[in-house]
Amino acid sequence: MEKFGFTISKGRQIDWDANNRMMADFIREREPSFKLCIACGGCASTCTAGNFTQFSLRELNVLIHRGEESISRNDIKKCMLCGKCSLVCPRGVNTRNVVFLAKQAFQKQDEYAI
Amino acid sequence: MESAGQLAHAGFKVSLVEKEKETGGHLNDWYKLFPDRRDSKEVLNYLNKRVLSDRITIYKGTRIEKFQSVKDGFVLFTQDGTTLQADAVIVATGFDLFKGARKEEYGYGIYDNVITSKDLEAMFRKGKIIMLNGDSPKAVGFVHCVGSRDEKVGNFYCSKLCCVTAVKQAIEVREHLPESRVFCFYMDMRMGGAHYEELYREAQEVWGINFIRGKVSEASETINNKLVVKVEDTLAGRPLKIELDILVLMTGMEMSEGGNDIARQSGLNTGENRFFLPVDHHYANNISNIKGIFYAGACTAPMNITETVSHARSAVSEVINYLNNNKA
Repeated sequence: MEKFGFTISKGRQIDWDANNRMMADFIREREPSFKLCIACGGCASTCTAGNFTQFSLRELNVLIHRGEESISRNDIKKCMLCGKCSLVCPRGVNTRNVVFLAKQAFQKQDEYAI
Repeated sequence: MESAGQLAHAGFKVSLVEKEKETGGHLNDWYKLFPDRRDSKEVLNYLNKRVLSDRITIYKGTRIEKFQSVKDGFVLFTQDGTTLQADAVIVATGFDLFKGARKEEYGYGIYDNVITSKDLEAMFRKGKIIMLNGDSPKAVGFVHCVGSRDEKVGNFYCSKLCCVTAVKQAIEVREHLPESRVFCFYMDMRMGGAHYEELYREAQEVWGINFIRGKVSEASETINNKLVVKVEDTLAGRPLKIELDILVLMTGMEMSEGGNDIARQSGLNTGENRFFLPVDHHYANNISNIKGIFYAGACTAPMNITETVSHARSAVSEVINYLNNNKA
């Protein structure tokens, strides 16, 4: 078939109904302070990893709550669990544990995918 | 002061006890007021006139050490041994500004040019905004929510006036220093009062203030005396650093030390935010848990001047009700 050079763009919308927010539930159950994030970005501004890589805990937080976390699947590996973010957080979120649990959840997703 | 004036007007005798040398509280430290930027002295003059009455005795530089419930009212003991008798008491101990040095990561008291909103007002009053070395600043930053909405310092609540104060002060800096660049670092812009949003809009439209959404995590000083601020520009989704000449901390409101002293020794209830806790937030927010004691103003929650004056007036109506009806 003749190639015309056109493609169909994938929608950019966050499809709330189609998305699965199981990871948010998984983390919330184990670390209830996860609910308290107000996306101020304090964690991300102080983050050593975030200053050199795409990793932003603030972004990850939001994405997990929307069921869009797969975008951050690789970025989260940049976190070194230093915990500086938890010193900054004005809401007292145990950010370090959130990252740890998110890593765990990604791992579980991988296991079940196989 | 408003309560005293109103009570005197209604024919009651009032003792007004002020721990500072002058009445008027924080108004004495402020230059211009939001949102209309009138001189604070206008409001002070109004209040000072309000308490000019034969029925009002003002005790300046006086602290209440202790007060006791007696059969038909209260006895109040001052630090110099004077006792005052009262049928009813209005607690109007106001608020203290959060002490900027408690957020050590912002460097107040460590770096030369980290100041608080109150320090900046003093500069405005003098008409000179300068760095410690006397130079004129070219870039000024405002950190919102210092000591508010911050569980690390034990203050969960929003002080609600710092946002609009920052906007007001940002405009004033640009007025004083037309060549300067001004930045506000905020978590949320809470422009909930009359004409606040209009002032915010003016700050963008007329004065070109830069609003950056993110909580400042730390400030540091460079070798050439500049301040470097680290923040995530959350809307751009990237960490941001910026060099500034002056950093202004928008310190929030806390229960005053005087209020805390009274709370400790009186049995008056305080809330989780440590402010006095009225018996009902909706319809009895002047009434305390002790019969005959009432609250006026920011000793119960962060309030602006308009709210404080209204609250002080409503306290008077509660006192009059109490004296006319409840008192045996």
